[in-house]
Amino acid sequence: MAELIEVNKKDSVLDKIKKFALNNMVTIMFVIICYIGFYFSNLTFAFFINDLITRIARNSFLVLALIIPVLAGMGLNFAIVLGAMAGQVAIIMVTHWGIVGWQGFFLCVLISAPLAIIFGYLTGKLLNKTKGQEMITSLILGFFANGLYQLVFLIMVGSVIPMHNETLLLSSGVGLRVSIDLTGGLKYAIDDLLRWTFPKTLMMLGSASILIGGFNIYKYIKGVPNYLKGKIKLRMIGYVLAGISLVIYSIIITNSNSLLNNIKVPIITMVIIGLLCLFNIFISKAKIGQDFRTVGQDRHVATVSGIKSDKVRVTAIVISTLLAAWGQLFFLQNLGTLSTYGSHEQVGMFAIAALLIGGASVTKANIGHALLGTVLFHTLFIVSPIAGKNLFGDAQLGEYFRAFVAYGVIGLSLGMHAWKKQLQSRRRLS
Amino acid sequence: MKSQQYVLKMNNISKEYYGTRVLNNINLEIKAGEIHALLGENGAGKSTLMNILFGMSVIHSTGGFQGEIELEGNKVDIHSPLQAMNLGIGMVHQEFMLIPGYTITENIKLNRELIKKDFMNRLMPAPLKQIDFDEMNKEARKALDTLDIGIEEWVKVAGLPVGYMQFIEIAREIDKQNIKVLVFDEPTAVLTESEAENLLKAMKKIASTGIAIIFITHRLDEVMEVADNITILRDGQFITRKNKADTNVFEMAELMVGRQIESMVQHDVKDYDNQPVSISLKGFNVAMPGEEVRNLNLDIYQGEILGIGGLAGQGKIGIANGIMGLYPAWGEVLINGQPLTLNNPKESIKRNLAFVSEDRRGVGLLLDTSIEMNIAITAMQNKDKFIKKYGLFSQKNHSEIRKHALEMIQKLDIRCIGPEQITRRLSGGNQQKVCIARALTLDPMILLVSEPTRGIDIGAKKLVLDTLIKLNKELGITIIITSSELAELRSICHRIAIVSEGKIEGILKPDDSDTDYGLMMSGEYNKLKSKEVI
Repeated sequence: MAELIEVNKKDSVLDKIKKFALNNMVTIMFVIICYIGFYFSNLTFAFFINDLITRIARNSFLVLALIIPVLAGMGLNFAIVLGAMAGQVAIIMVTHWGIVGWQGFFLCVLISAPLAIIFGYLTGKLLNKTKGQEMITSLILGFFANGLYQLVFLIMVGSVIPMHNETLLLSSGVGLRVSIDLTGGLKYAIDDLLRWTFPKTLMMLGSASILIGGFNIYKYIKGVPNYLKGKIKLRMIGYVLAGISLVIYSIIITNSNSLLNNIKVPIITMVIIGLLCLFNIFISKAKIGQDFRTVGQDRHVATVSGIKSDKVRVTAIVISTLLAAWGQLFFLQNLGTLSTYGSHEQVGMFAIAALLIGGASVTKANIGHALLGTVLFHTLFIVSPIAGKNLFGDAQLGEYFRAFVAYGVIGLSLGMHAWKKQLQSRRRLS
Repeated sequence: MKSQQYVLKMNNISKEYYGTRVLNNINLEIKAGEIHALLGENGAGKSTLMNILFGMSVIHSTGGFQGEIELEGNKVDIHSPLQAMNLGIGMVHQEFMLIPGYTITENIKLNRELIKKDFMNRLMPAPLKQIDFDEMNKEARKALDTLDIGIEEWVKVAGLPVGYMQFIEIAREIDKQNIKVLVFDEPTAVLTESEAENLLKAMKKIASTGIAIIFITHRLDEVMEVADNITILRDGQFITRKNKADTNVFEMAELMVGRQIESMVQHDVKDYDNQPVSISLKGFNVAMPGEEVRNLNLDIYQGEILGIGGLAGQGKIGIANGIMGLYPAWGEVLINGQPLTLNNPKESIKRNLAFVSEDRRGVGLLLDTSIEMNIAITAMQNKDKFIKKYGLFSQKNHSEIRKHALEMIQKLDIRCIGPEQITRRLSGGNQQKVCIARALTLDPMILLVSEPTRGIDIGAKKLVLDTLIKLNKELGITIIITSSELAELRSICHRIAIVSEGKIEGILKPDDSDTDYGLMMSGEYNKLKSKEVI
């Protein structure tokens, strides 16, 4: 028994490429589509980057909220719609009270948290009763919650719930207006706290990357176990090279009269998104993260080894719902308009589509998938109407195409997941 | 002090499930460092006894048990598997409790992950404490080294050979610091011979460190190789407890199986060499999970009742399911000399085969459909019986179905309110008769019956078996009956084929000795006989 078995079978390069292509089919397809769209849209790079940065700041938080339930084996959490509702409830209250700026935003964070936790807890309880059908349950639960939400804000506000506010309520005095303008209130509450120019942001990002690379070099010198060596070496080189090129690029931009110099990046929002990424990494390396993964991989084994899997699942959904509530706050403070009965509706769909485009599946998702997916999905959103107009003379076609894409990609990747699973089980039999 | 020398004592354990006594006054005593073999057929009560030891919820939700458990001389109440774990009772599961996507280390340390000991971590609430993978790797390495396994601890479990998985499970158990008693539940069932040898070596090594081992198996030669003492159970009764030195394989085999056989029929002794072969299986394989058939050869003669026996998981169930095309099968099947297209249930039915499934409520019946439709449906689908044809359209022929159903109800004595009653409401025995009625409606030449008496009471058992004998005698139908109950096979069959590890271990007559049956069931027969010849 002393002999070592050959574990890392060396695949040929061609096999590796094939495998990579098969596993990342959706992502590769989207990179190509995005590139074609960008080419035909004739957009300037600066305009595109400006729009993209806004959209990344607006949406990444929501997409990141989806990762933990996937780890815990509960699939894509369509019920982040409930979290979004919790966020909107907070925004409506704070706008009504007239608290503005970052103080108002902070209050929103505080108010939405307990609501989101309660919603998440109830969702988790329900999903524990419907194991194996989590995704469809959470999808329908979102629709149901939307009904309750409308009941409260369309019928009960102003009649059962006393509220007097001419700007928020419909002229009849009952029910909220269809859209609520946040300008002068919560709009840009966080984004406007600190904005750097695009080159400065790149410079800082580059420096941070070099620092991380340096830290990895330090770790490598201090000594690491054999099996990690390759990984850390790659990290060292990758981070340092990326950092240096970012710094050089930023210097080049600064010294040219490129329009990129005019782009302002909302730094605090970006930093918070960065912190959320770190939080996700932290969680996944903690005991609870290990529990999430254990339950996600095999609930039966987890239970036998003493993990309270139902509780772990509820925790995962609570965290996800809470992050979604906060994500919706970031989304709306950037957008500046709350569509009272519509803002939350598409949240689940779009966030999930973005995550899937980034290469995630029903059982696998990480930060990289979330960020890459956000970038690709929103690139498509920016370029497709304009490309549609340039190509067919009709922006509607591009518009149609992007709605088609959002649903199509969800269907496609669910289908592919089922197909892969079938292949695996067939291989196991023979 | 008198019981101090025993690590574990289970005294006078009795257990009833819904009024059926499955364990009766069982005693089990194990010393530290001892390997104690627990032997018995399927249904002898081994699993129930272990479930009691582990405080499984299935025991407590059905009214608990009588008797007491002593651990190191102290009486203990075990209510949950977690508590058993904390008391130092470990289990190496038959089906692996491993997570394929995890590394070996992560599997060994499952839910016992080590926490980093730095300052920040102390302040964190328990769920947020960071895991120390380096330290975990070191401890996992230590456990693997104890077992002499040279595999790297950071390799993922997915894709490892089965033999390694077994060792990872064991490493997990011995990694637990306070482990006192370790249960091996049929650990060698899935291993190759050399892997099994390594495992036995490892068991001895573990025992030598003072851990008591309960070894559940049906491979008698392994028992002789490693066990110190042997306890044999049969039908929930404690049969004997022996020292290995005082017994031998033959005696153990007899004690495991031994029971009176009452023959229900007197068959004429037949000269099989001159009988035409009805079904011939050559190199037959079935991929039925848990009941794989591997490269099996068997001839079944016309007009006989052939029994297929063997322990659970050895593949006996797979044979009939494979012939009927319900699970992926390959190899050669000849029916009356003509090859049968495999993996095609319709084809199998066309060739005049009929099947009564062991999964009565799942595969066998449409539970919310009437008795008459249950009887008629397969024949309607495959033989165009009970169908009125109007050119492009067809309709079912109600009156024919009713007539036929009433006839069957009377012939097989199905106790029901009427042919329209839904089958869910019938008792197990009557459900089984509906299944048989449906099979007969196909006018089969060959009838395959799996576990015909599972879950039905004694009176109904006899009726079902009588029916089968009658069909064989009066209609000349060849019957292949698969059953876990050896006594039942021996009471009605002409010949009994015993399956072990997916192959035919041997074919016996109903009146052959218990020892032969016991040896064949545990797959020892051919090994021992070949030794005798030498």
